[in-house]
Amino acid sequence: MMLIPCPFCGPRNESEFAYGGPVKPDRPDPNAVTDAQWVDYLMQVPNPLGPVHERWHHARGCGVWLTIWRDTRTHDITEAPDA
Amino acid sequence: MRNRLPDGGRIDRTRRISFTFNGRSLSGFHGDTLASALLANGIRLTARSFKYHRPRGIVGSGVEEPGTLVELEGRDASANRPATTVPLRDGLKARSVNCWPSPAFDLGAMTQIAARFLPAGFYYKTFKWPNWHLYEPSIRRAAGLAGAPAAPPEGRFEARFAHADLLVVGAGPAGLRAALEAGRDGARVMLVDEGIEPGGSLLNRRLEVDGKPALDWVAETVSELAALPNVTHLQDATAWAYREHNYLMVNESSPGHGLLERSWRIRAARVILATGAIERTLVFGNNDRPGVMLASAAQAYVNRYAVTPGRRAVIFTNNSSAYAVAADLAAAGITVAAIIDSRAEVPQETREFVPGIEILPAHVVTRARGHRRLRVVEVAPIQGGPTRRIQCDLLAQSGGWNPAVHLWSQSRGTLRYDEKIASFLPDAPVQSVRAIGAAAGDLTLPGEAPYKVQPLWRVEAAKGKAFLDIQNDVTVDDVHLALREGYGNVEHVKRYTTGGMGIDQGKTGNINIIGTVALQQGARMEEVGTTTFRSPYTPVSFGAIAGQRDGPVTLPYRHTPLTDWNKARGAVMYEAGARWQRPGYFPRPDESFQDSVNREARVVREGVGIYDGSPLGTFEIKGRDVGRFLDHLYTNIMSGLQPGRGRYGLMLTDDGLIFDDGVVLRLSEHRWIVSASTGHAAAVQSHMEELAQTQFPDWQIFLTDVTSQWANATVCGPKAREVMMALGGDIDLTRKALPFMGFADGTVAGLPARVVRVSFTGELSFEINVAPRHLPELWEKIMAAGASHGIQPVGSEANHVLRVEKAFLSLAHEVDGTVDPHDLGLGWAMSKKKADYIGKRSIALRRAGGAVRRELVGFLPEPDRQVPEGAPLTPGGKTRATEGLVTACVWSVVQDRWIGLALLENGASQHGEMAHVRVKDEVLPVRITAPIHYDPEGERLRA
Repeated sequence: MMLIPCPFCGPRNESEFAYGGPVKPDRPDPNAVTDAQWVDYLMQVPNPLGPVHERWHHARGCGVWLTIWRDTRTHDITEAPDA
Repeated sequence: MRNRLPDGGRIDRTRRISFTFNGRSLSGFHGDTLASALLANGIRLTARSFKYHRPRGIVGSGVEEPGTLVELEGRDASANRPATTVPLRDGLKARSVNCWPSPAFDLGAMTQIAARFLPAGFYYKTFKWPNWHLYEPSIRRAAGLAGAPAAPPEGRFEARFAHADLLVVGAGPAGLRAALEAGRDGARVMLVDEGIEPGGSLLNRRLEVDGKPALDWVAETVSELAALPNVTHLQDATAWAYREHNYLMVNESSPGHGLLERSWRIRAARVILATGAIERTLVFGNNDRPGVMLASAAQAYVNRYAVTPGRRAVIFTNNSSAYAVAADLAAAGITVAAIIDSRAEVPQETREFVPGIEILPAHVVTRARGHRRLRVVEVAPIQGGPTRRIQCDLLAQSGGWNPAVHLWSQSRGTLRYDEKIASFLPDAPVQSVRAIGAAAGDLTLPGEAPYKVQPLWRVEAAKGKAFLDIQNDVTVDDVHLALREGYGNVEHVKRYTTGGMGIDQGKTGNINIIGTVALQQGARMEEVGTTTFRSPYTPVSFGAIAGQRDGPVTLPYRHTPLTDWNKARGAVMYEAGARWQRPGYFPRPDESFQDSVNREARVVREGVGIYDGSPLGTFEIKGRDVGRFLDHLYTNIMSGLQPGRGRYGLMLTDDGLIFDDGVVLRLSEHRWIVSASTGHAAAVQSHMEELAQTQFPDWQIFLTDVTSQWANATVCGPKAREVMMALGGDIDLTRKALPFMGFADGTVAGLPARVVRVSFTGELSFEINVAPRHLPELWEKIMAAGASHGIQPVGSEANHVLRVEKAFLSLAHEVDGTVDPHDLGLGWAMSKKKADYIGKRSIALRRAGGAVRRELVGFLPEPDRQVPEGAPLTPGGKTRATEGLVTACVWSVVQDRWIGLALLENGASQHGEMAHVRVKDEVLPVRITAPIHYDPEGERLRA
């Protein structure tokens, strides 16, 4: 049960959040990329051993979507949005 | 209680307690555990083993117990409890698990005769044709543990959250000191300990602390802690899980207040693990005989419980700690026949504990003898030599001590193997945690001889079965077999042999498995490594985890304001998406299910019906940029909507599959209403918020869930307008003023309302949206106004029929996460003008591949009969790969026959042809049709 820092509500239990997955690269203009690039954007999800940039939705709280850096080896949250 | 000492111990001889064990009435004292009371009564044979039904006794004195599991009956029924952790109480009824009718006369014990044919992996290798599942139930019955209790226990469980500056786990000497220091400094401290009383190992030993009896020091410390308001001290409370960010789960077994158990979830800034150490077994022949006990357990029974677990004892050890035990046993009047020490040298400071007792250095016990209990041990020099037999009824063994690193390891801290104490120790922490005392490898208490050990992972000259894991019946031979068969990794050894996978999680024996693997592979202990320590540290009941979340409050239902009205009319209530309670149908007396559904469907097609559409997800979105936001979100163009008009839209995922469908209303330039499927509303909201917050943070978009701010009654059917006119109000209801997909705000029957011309039935419909508090009043007025037209309430069953007749989509029926709009004949809803919207590129990409798609079709079963929803369509009805599935099949009131919808490969080009539904023993032919079975032009809903 991680403790996730919400910029509005302060540190809150993980059970209040829904996992939003690792942050993908910005959505490309679909008309300006090749098929392969588009498929890569859709299907290649970052899955690093170590720091990962990821999103959480404070679904049972204020509703904010926040983005943090979390180390997948230790669950250390090394960067979070300012309160 | 023939084995009870006349005085001493932590029991209250004035409080006699009656209990039963396997139906036998016995008595003990307050302060006893079930195990100590059984020993006090001279009961040695207390269990049969898991696999071989071998006779077993009590081995330990705490959570490490691998020998005796019991099932408690009656008020606090529970299964598989180690007898050493069950506090004795009046009326306790306990039964051994895995033996019938009793451990002394166990019919399952015949398994022992076949035991040599039952090595590790035997079941997997033997019972594999045609498949394991055929044999599994009977094997599970023969092996085994207790069954689950038939009824829930009487009483309540509770869960609590707590926060602490410091959480100390363990109230032994180290934990008490740490808690006291932090408590005196004013920190918010929680101290939790698994024992009935605080003191940890001090309770079992005769030691002094600060120049006074150790237990006096414990009592003083505990009373000082109790006086500190910033300290919370829980006994009988086991920390069983250490999760991320210093979050620990603690289970309090007897919290009082009529509670059965209380589960604590504690978030601590810092954690100190003072979890002590656990003694390990030695591995020799028949090391599981009743009477073979951990030395520390024998010491605990003598000192703490004033029980003599035997009359004539032999000590077998590889370390210094058992010498104090020998002294304590002797002091209690037990004859200590000899101390067998596997080490070549026994230090003088250790010998001084046991003057007059014979010590045999460099010797080992090779075998225990005696059928149902220990009678003789066979002893031989470790280097080989003549065997000597020593009579005894108690063998107190010590294989050394393992720091209890379970929680440390669960916290993801690393371990290192320490040669000096021959065990794994906490190494680098990952969270804010520190291990102290015995848990950190400090295994000598003041007044004890310095702890010295020489590892003995197994006795090489052992004769007979030598158990590494007593609870799961795993022997040295099993581990050797696993290694021979290629399971070289310790995690594989564990899974193949099941060593360490019992309820005790191998607390006393796992290290011997690692040692046995190391010896066999010629590897060092740290190369073999440990298996992963997992929670729970000790068994936890499901009730404690659930806490108050029991019964109807576990996942509460959601109700519209009409639940009472519906129930009063005899509605059969269904659970609809997202836990809503909705009426399925309204049966009349002597009416069958099908008759009710037909009647309700027919009233909508021919007259007028009314249903409650309140659960539909509803969102109000405001802002300058909502138009372009919705254009991105939906497949069609929403920004072109005029205020006062609505539009049906499809939402896709970016990989080009249908995510949701719904209606968008434009209230004014910058105010919109979006509806979403009932069961999908939360997902749609989350999706919209993610886009708005992360992809378009600069756009002005404010989204509010107004699902429960609005309730609605939907009047539908050819006579709907007449009912609406009768209701009265200031809204012009003519087709011209309020056309299909139009809406208007005003009053209906004197109530403020928004009337929306949407249709989920294919008939003329008016969705009257009001504040939820007004819905019951509105509803009654509609029923009154419609009475002369024969208005009737309509449940979800009839709604399903009506939507199938019209081929309106239903999430989880036709929209199953594999279809795109073209598959469902909704290509028209996909804008060609927009350069981009979510899903556009992916649909184009997928379609360019030209792969075969499953397309929505209608069908008519021939002959006319019901076809099960979800059944596969296969080519020619043969048992081949499916080419589609039935998504719906209902009795149509307009066709007067069974009709259906299906997804079928290339179905759009097969109208008029036959297809085949394959069910278990039959092939059901169906004729493929266009999806829409009724009013394909949609004239009725535009009326």
